[in-house]
Order: sequence, then structure tokens, then C-alpha cells
Amino acid sequence: MNWEILGIWLGALVTLCLYSFLYRDNPFYKFAEHLFVGMSAGYWVIYQIENVLIPNWWQSMVPSEGGFNWIWIIPGIFVLFMLARMVPKIAGLSRLSLGMIIGSGAGLNMVSFFQTNAMAQVKGTIFSVASGSVWSIFSSLVLVVGVVSGLIYFFFSKAHTGVVGKAANVGITILMVAFGASFGYTIMARLSLLIGRCQFMLEDWLPTIPRLLGIGG
Amino acid sequence: MADIIEKLGKLDRRIIFVLIALAVIIPISFDLILPNPVGAEPSRDLYDYVDALPEGSNVLVSFDYDPSTMPELQPMAEALVLHLFMKNVNIVGMALWPQGASLGQDAMSSMADSLGKAQYEDWCNLGYKTGGQIMIVRLGSSISAVFPTDMDNVPWSEIPMLRNITALESFSLIISLSAGDPGIIAWVMMAGDRFGVPIGCGCTAVSAPTLYTYLQTNQMVGMLGGLKGAADYETLVGIKGGQAVRGMAPQSVAHLVIILFIIIGNVAYFSQRKKGGAR
Repeated sequence: MNWEILGIWLGALVTLCLYSFLYRDNPFYKFAEHLFVGMSAGYWVIYQIENVLIPNWWQSMVPSEGGFNWIWIIPGIFVLFMLARMVPKIAGLSRLSLGMIIGSGAGLNMVSFFQTNAMAQVKGTIFSVASGSVWSIFSSLVLVVGVVSGLIYFFFSKAHTGVVGKAANVGITILMVAFGASFGYTIMARLSLLIGRCQFMLEDWLPTIPRLLGIGG
Repeated sequence: MADIIEKLGKLDRRIIFVLIALAVIIPISFDLILPNPVGAEPSRDLYDYVDALPEGSNVLVSFDYDPSTMPELQPMAEALVLHLFMKNVNIVGMALWPQGASLGQDAMSSMADSLGKAQYEDWCNLGYKTGGQIMIVRLGSSISAVFPTDMDNVPWSEIPMLRNITALESFSLIISLSAGDPGIIAWVMMAGDRFGVPIGCGCTAVSAPTLYTYLQTNQMVGMLGGLKGAADYETLVGIKGGQAVRGMAPQSVAHLVIILFIIIGNVAYFSQRKKGGAR
């Protein structure tokens, strides 16, 4: 049996099953959907055990050169605490593990996230006007006006009338342009996925049909 | 005329699906390729930066995606890897996404074979490691502590090209091919802003608009956004009839169909509103 052709056919049939939803909901779509969810769950469980638990935890606790590092029992206990959510009586234990994850994540992110996504952006907005060609200065002005008017639109402590109202209108226009750009990029992304599937169907799957029927190369 | 517009406004969405499918299938079937001019865009910035790297530099490429975004990111990976090899730059691959490691391996091994580059001398793949940005922080102090072996369990000490590499600062450039989180934002935050390593990015079109802000602040040296970014890089590197360039023809035709339907939808909406039928 040619496993490559079998794989291509399975991929093609599941693709057709999934796209059949565009006509209407149907058993073929449901089958492909459930197959995908089940396979993903199975794949991820095995992958996490093989690539996360064994190399990062088990091999640290029981090294191949011998010995036993008992300290690694502690993270193991925290892992079990996470699973306690499935037992209502002891579900509260999972909060200890979640607390540790959220705490370390917040601690690590607090400075870095603020620095990268707030300070650097504010600095970039302010200093962008200072230098460059005429076009660059114009572009920077658009940026500054866009940022300030966008912020004014979200400032609700003063009624949007007069100058504030006009600035808010500029802000909402800028926001609409940004949403439009985002929408355009999203269409491009979704079409790219469709193109990828169509290329697979036309260039990989279709040529296997004559081969299976014993006609052509 | 008004009747036609009204009927178009109530068009069954399945007809639109069929037209979009045809707009994609016909250009692929006829192998239509449209010209892809590359102007002063973030993709050219990334190309210029890579092109200026001195021979023998070390570049870290992180394959932070999985098969669901392959149509956009795999052509980028192949074009970037090809360019890096052509510049005789050493490539260290790794992944923040589990399946990214094998997709990166495919890209690097196929390009290495075509250019006669040797694994462990010119390129290697450290594989996947969990932890996202926490792991990146650890890479800032010691990469071998995080990756004692490569993807095929070859020990760090037995890989010749890694002798001069200790931490993130050993790299002249880090490129993240990113489909989401963990991905490029973690690299910018931790490797770029914290350790001062230049960062380049290839990303899905969905995430491109949010990442432009990092270009404006010079937190990234360049960016490839979606299939267009991949097609730009293929054009700049000189790949003839690359997968992304071929994908841009159905992309453009389908966009024209969508624009047409947006216009029809708006005309139908305003004509109905004029009649007082819509608000």
C-alpha cells in the first residue's frame, strides 16, 4: 500500500467534508469535526507527555546517570493539584497551581510588557516628529493626530461637543481606517488558507486519481 | 435596475462561496502568475538587513507556527532560509510551537540539500521547548542549559557550529516566524528589548496590523506580513515561480470578487435605505 497516496486521499476527503459545511450542516462535516477534535486531543496529550513532562520533569527527577532528585516531586504535586479541578471536593487545590502560574507570569510581564508595549510606543510616537524627510514628518503628524484624537474618542468624562466632538470624529475615522486595514489583512489570511487547500487538492490530490485508475503517468 | 440591485442584495451566500472558490481555483488551474513589485516595504527592510549580515554570522530562526498556517509561513521560512544560506550565515533553528520544529526541519533540510550546506556545520535544529517567554529569558543567560541536545538528541558539545554560541547575544539577528502566542511579541519583549538583539519577523496576515507598531519604534528591523510578505521575499531572493508568488494570483482575483461584492452590498443597502426599507 502506498502510504503517501493514502495520506493525500484522507486529507482530501476530510477537506471536502469540512467545506461541505458551506452548503449546510451535515453528517460528513460533523464526522470531520469530531475526528479533528478527537485526534487533536490525543495528539496533544502524547505530545505534552513526550516533549514536556518527560524531558523537563521526569528526566530531571530521575536522571539517566542515576540518582533521584526529590525536589522535583514538588512540581509533580502541583501538576496533580491542577487535575484536582475534576474532583469537586478538592477542586480548590488547583488554585494553588493556578496562583503560581498567574503570579510568575504577572511578575515577569509587569515590567517587560509595560516597557515594550507602552513606554516604547509612547516614546516612538513623541520622537517620530522630530526628524526625517518631509514625507516622514507628515506621516509622523498623521500618527500623532491619530493617537491623540483616538484617545479623545475614548474620553467619556466630557461631552463630545464642540472642539472635543470634532477631535472625537477624527478619532473614530482613524479607528475605522485601522479596522478596515485589519479586515483587509484578515481576508488575505483566510484566503491564503483557502489557496493552500486548493493548491493541495489540485496539485497533490487530483493527479493521484489517474494513477489510481491506471491511466496516464 | 432597482429590482436587480434588490435581488443582488438578497443573494444566497452560497453563490458568493462558489464565486470565491472559482476565483481561487481558476488562476491556480491556469498557473496564472501576476507581477509582484516590491517597494519600500517592511519586507524589503528585512531583506536588506539579512543581506547586510557579514559572512559567518549566527542567526536564530524560531519556527513558531503549525500546519494550520503553513500556506502563509512555510514559503516565508523557505525563502528566508535560502537567503541566509546564500549569505553563508549559520542558522540555528528552534520552535516555541511543538510542530514548528519539524516544519523548520523541512525548510532547512530542503534548502541545505539544494545548496550543499552541512547539518551541524552550517545549520542545526534545536527543536521545540515549552515555556514561551520564560524560556526566552533563560536563553538570554545560557542556551545550552535550555537545549542540552538538538532535536535529534545530539549533545550540544558535539555540534561544531555551536562552539561560539553561548546566549542570545551571540546572534546577529533573531527571526521569528510567528502564528500567534507564544511568538514574535515574546521575542520583541524578551530578546529585543531586554537583551538588545535585533529582531525580524514573519507573521500571518491576521497579526500583521498589530505588529506594525514595533516597526515604527525600531523594535523590529523588518517584517513579512502574510502571503504578500512571503511573495515579496521570494521575489527579492530571486525564487522563480515560488509558492507564495503563485498564491498571489488567486489572492488578487479573489480580492477583486470580494471588493465587487462589498460595492454591490453597499449599493443595495443604500438603495433600500432610500426606500425606507433598511436602517
